[in-house]
Amino acid sequence: MKSKVIMDSETITRALSRIAHEILERNKGAKELRIIGIRRRGIHLARRLVDKIQELEGIKPPLGTLDITLYRDDFRRRSDWPSVQKTEIPFSVEDKNVILVDDVLYTGRTTRAAIEAIMDYGRPASIQLAVLVDRGGHRELPIQADYVGIKVTTIRTQKVDVLIKELDGRDEAIVIQLESPDISG
Amino acid sequence: MKILVKGGQVVDPSQGINEIRTLYIEDGKIKSYPRGTKELEKDPSIKVIDASGKIVSPGFIDLHVHLREPGFEHKETIRTGCMAAAAGGFTSVVCMPNTNPVNDNASVTEYILLKARTAGIVNVFPVGAITKGLKGEELSEIGEMWEAGCIAISDDGRPVMNSRVMRHAMEYAKAFGLPVISHAEDLNLSSGGVMNDGFTSTMLGLRGIPNASEEVMVARDITLAELTKTHLHIAHVSTAGAVRLIKDAKKRGVKVTAEATPHHFTLTDKSVLSYDTNAKVNPPIRSKEDMEGIREGIREGVIDIIATDHAPHTEDEKKVEFDLAPFGISGLETALPLALKLVEDGVLTLTELIRKLTINPAQIIKSDRGTVKLGAPADVVIFDPNKVIKVDRDKFRSKGKNTPFHGWQLSGQVLYTIVGGHIVFPT
Amino acid sequence: MVFEQKHILGLEELSSDEIRLILDTAESMKEVSERDVKKVPALKGVTVVNLFFEPSTRTRASFEIAEKRLSADVLNFTPTESSVVKGETLLDTARNLEAMGASVIVIRHAMSGAPWLLSRELSSSIVNAGDGFHEHPSQALLDLFTVREVKKEISGLKIVIVGDVSHSRVARSNIWGFIKLGAEVRVVGPPTMIPRDIEKVDVRVYYDIEDALEGVDVVMMLRLQKERQESGLLPSLREYSRFYGLTRERLRLAKEDVIVMHPGPINRGVELSSEVADDVHSVILDQVSNGIAVRMAMLYLVASSGGNA
Repeated sequence: MKSKVIMDSETITRALSRIAHEILERNKGAKELRIIGIRRRGIHLARRLVDKIQELEGIKPPLGTLDITLYRDDFRRRSDWPSVQKTEIPFSVEDKNVILVDDVLYTGRTTRAAIEAIMDYGRPASIQLAVLVDRGGHRELPIQADYVGIKVTTIRTQKVDVLIKELDGRDEAIVIQLESPDISG
Repeated sequence: MKILVKGGQVVDPSQGINEIRTLYIEDGKIKSYPRGTKELEKDPSIKVIDASGKIVSPGFIDLHVHLREPGFEHKETIRTGCMAAAAGGFTSVVCMPNTNPVNDNASVTEYILLKARTAGIVNVFPVGAITKGLKGEELSEIGEMWEAGCIAISDDGRPVMNSRVMRHAMEYAKAFGLPVISHAEDLNLSSGGVMNDGFTSTMLGLRGIPNASEEVMVARDITLAELTKTHLHIAHVSTAGAVRLIKDAKKRGVKVTAEATPHHFTLTDKSVLSYDTNAKVNPPIRSKEDMEGIREGIREGVIDIIATDHAPHTEDEKKVEFDLAPFGISGLETALPLALKLVEDGVLTLTELIRKLTINPAQIIKSDRGTVKLGAPADVVIFDPNKVIKVDRDKFRSKGKNTPFHGWQLSGQVLYTIVGGHIVFPT
Repeated sequence: MVFEQKHILGLEELSSDEIRLILDTAESMKEVSERDVKKVPALKGVTVVNLFFEPSTRTRASFEIAEKRLSADVLNFTPTESSVVKGETLLDTARNLEAMGASVIVIRHAMSGAPWLLSRELSSSIVNAGDGFHEHPSQALLDLFTVREVKKEISGLKIVIVGDVSHSRVARSNIWGFIKLGAEVRVVGPPTMIPRDIEKVDVRVYYDIEDALEGVDVVMMLRLQKERQESGLLPSLREYSRFYGLTRERLRLAKEDVIVMHPGPINRGVELSSEVADDVHSVILDQVSNGIAVRMAMLYLVASSGGNA
């Protein structure tokens, strides 16, 4: 299996820092911000964004975690179903600017599920999407990221993995060559 | 039809024979044991069966079957039941009276015998009901049924709960020399039970039938047999305690005989785990200790015979909630291989096993069958005890496919069944 | 871990890991029940039939809410309005429902083993909502869930089940569940109501309620059916209540932080004295709301299990 590193620890930190600035700029500060990480790696990226925003603004936006398993559209099409994890959104999203955070944007289906889930919690003023890696060219839904760490062009038989210090021991984004097309969605 | 059964191992406990011998059958009788067969073999009117390496035995007698006719022809007819018997090596079957109408009068007995003669497959000996309609209240016309051909009386399927009625039945039967077959069950103790009372019933949440339900009645009927000096035959013994009671009674000289079924000496109540209605039977299949007790009773001779309690039901009747399924196992076509396991397990010798399938049941019903002595009716079975078979209920001749042994790998295959000098299996 | 069971027929068949997975999933489901919009699209397009041969408003309502919160299409089928009255067999009834597109059948039946029959003969997933005296898995799972919520850990707890264990599916399911998760299980009741050989599953049998209550963390009361008196298992409800009823004085023998559970509805003054009934009412209401989450988890897991993919 061939793999290529597209982001290392330093570029990841820099990208997150830039995204934090962009979020604050577009939303005119941190007051109405609510950050929600999508399980599993999005949660850790979200936490780092929250810390960065606090560092920049002195306000710590509330952090939530979202498990989208119950909202997936490929239900009953896979047998390797991940178990349902807890969703914790300990705040109201009503009229807030919700930033969804995920590691990779690929087909857009995860994001769609996440948007639907958020809507069940109330009516936010806006939902924006922040991702570390945007895999262009394979979108299956009209969805795009508002904040992007890196944009890469990949083919179907490649897979993008984001490694996170908290889970994997190091920060890294890599492109892996697979035997068969990536269906991870 | 003339038949020469050549070179088989003849096992006939009635004569103490266990040796290679040739049987010559003519006019429906065992004609001779010829030494040289060359002359006979030249006669084209004689059918020659090479039985070398096989067992040749008197045809088996099953003292306990339900042929379901009249009244329940969807479950079995006398014809299909007899075909199943022939396939199982049985040349005579004793059929229980719980038909509709009940065999509680001579006209039903005559109907059964007529049907059996028309089918012309195996010998059928009907059992008359002890009480009218099996209700346990008034004695049926036992004398007339005896005249018509009944060889025993029983309310099988139900006990005679009233002890006074049972006492009178036993006294009355003596006049005709009829044995009384007891379905030993105290209905108050069974009280709606559907399986053995024990750990498995606790786990499955099914109502249990305790061993005491059988033992209380075995004890009562032994006491009544002592009182009345009548021949008592205990049907389908299912508990170790019942075996002990019968053993004690025999020691005291009470005229009591007993039977055990292949399912009771082969299975434990774990066979109903997963609610398999094909293992739902009355009396229920019991614990391992009971199964072992029955095997010990068979070994010691406390249990005189092996009978199937062949109780066919349709698949639809069995594919229901466990509580609603009828009791019963279709047993004729698996009896021999299951009984041969007793030999394999060292419980019985082959001769002792054949005794329990031939001469012992014949003696209980005072029949001249169960033997291949010269001049006897030519009821013979030829089987290969070592041939490995896989039980396939879809191949049963019986309409009842209700067996818990489907798919089992067993040894023992019937090759020929001859009744009154006619080959009835294979057809 | 992936849930491999196509059906949930009883706790006897589930491994301790599978039981834990159901309880963990139920925690996520409980979160859904606490939202303003108590609905997720997980079972959109899945038809679930509630086939209830016994009247049980509570259990059926709880399953129905659970199904609706998962966006399943729900069909309630009760025998009074069905052809069962006309003599149709259980299997034919269920086959008809399957032909209408049911992929999960939740069945409640007065006869033990009825769900097994369906699981063998049909292709739908079968969820047992209580069969005869056999099992009532959703009730036991919600009991486990409630105890775990209060006590954090089930392993090492002492549980006593009080009353008519013989005729209780709730008791059987709970015995399996608590034993599999490492608790010590005791049963106590008159000997006519303790089933044969129950001690073979590592349950301690008591006939004296005071001995049985000594040092327990959880008391689970069973509902006493009044017809047991007529079938000769009991001389009178009065005597039962004197020897096996739970009173405040008796409850003092248990641990200080003991919780008392009851599957409801309570016979006040029979299995529980009135004051204990009032004390325990809150846990009973917890049990009811947890019931929905647990049933959501059960339905979600069987519908998405390896056996169904």
